[in-house]
Amino acid sequence: MESKFYEEDKLLVFKITDEIDDCSVQKIRRKADYEMERYMPKKVVFDFGCVTFMDSAGIGMLIGRYKFANMIGAKLEVSNLTQSVKRIFEMSGILKLIPVTQDLQVS
Amino acid sequence: MKDIFENEMKLEFISRSSNEAFARVTVAAFAAQLDPTIEELSDIKTAVSEAVTNCIIHGYENKQGIVKIVGHLKENEIILEISDTGKGIENINMAKEPLYTTKPNLERSGMGFTIMESFMDTMEIESIVGLGTKITMSKKIKPKIEKEDEDFQMITKD
Repeated sequence: MESKFYEEDKLLVFKITDEIDDCSVQKIRRKADYEMERYMPKKVVFDFGCVTFMDSAGIGMLIGRYKFANMIGAKLEVSNLTQSVKRIFEMSGILKLIPVTQDLQVS
Repeated sequence: MKDIFENEMKLEFISRSSNEAFARVTVAAFAAQLDPTIEELSDIKTAVSEAVTNCIIHGYENKQGIVKIVGHLKENEIILEISDTGKGIENINMAKEPLYTTKPNLERSGMGFTIMESFMDTMEIESIVGLGTKITMSKKIKPKIEKEDEDFQMITKD
């Protein structure tokens, strides 16, 4: 997972590049929480554009990060959902809680 | 008389979460013999991942055990049995409820069985407390002719 912090917008972007399952979420969780605490962003975006596989571990991971972001006063969004990622998130109803960013520009 | 296409495989591995990717990729390679679409293959991989995660986290509760997968191909159908000899499920109906989880503290979503049910055609749970759990699920792979027809209809609709 790559991350980038945009100081002027207080925006923290996580670009997930691994397959998301029970094994890889442990790494993602640790890194995301650490960086959120370090940068104290106003907005956090998870970019799923490079995710080739995700199971229900991704739902739990996202709910957990949503709570963490709330705790530090940041808004959490997701972007670039692939068809299969979207299908799993929709089944869980999580997208009613977490908005999808349109046109995320990441340099 | 035309022979019916049949094949079978068995896979056993220890209950480490790093084996989840191994399990789903192996099953996908086996299923590939039925010539599925990318989408059908991704459904199978997701269902396998959910079942194997359940064995590791719930069946064995992260202690060491053996996860077993038996796969059959029969004509255009894949049938998978994924089992553990772990603690078993006390209340199967409850476990199948969407969002129900016995481990919310581990950020589990409680969507495992719901995903298996909707990504496969059939899904059955057999479980005995103290002895283990077996999930049997199946999915029919559409024959290529039908798929081509669908593609053709999509093109002619435009």
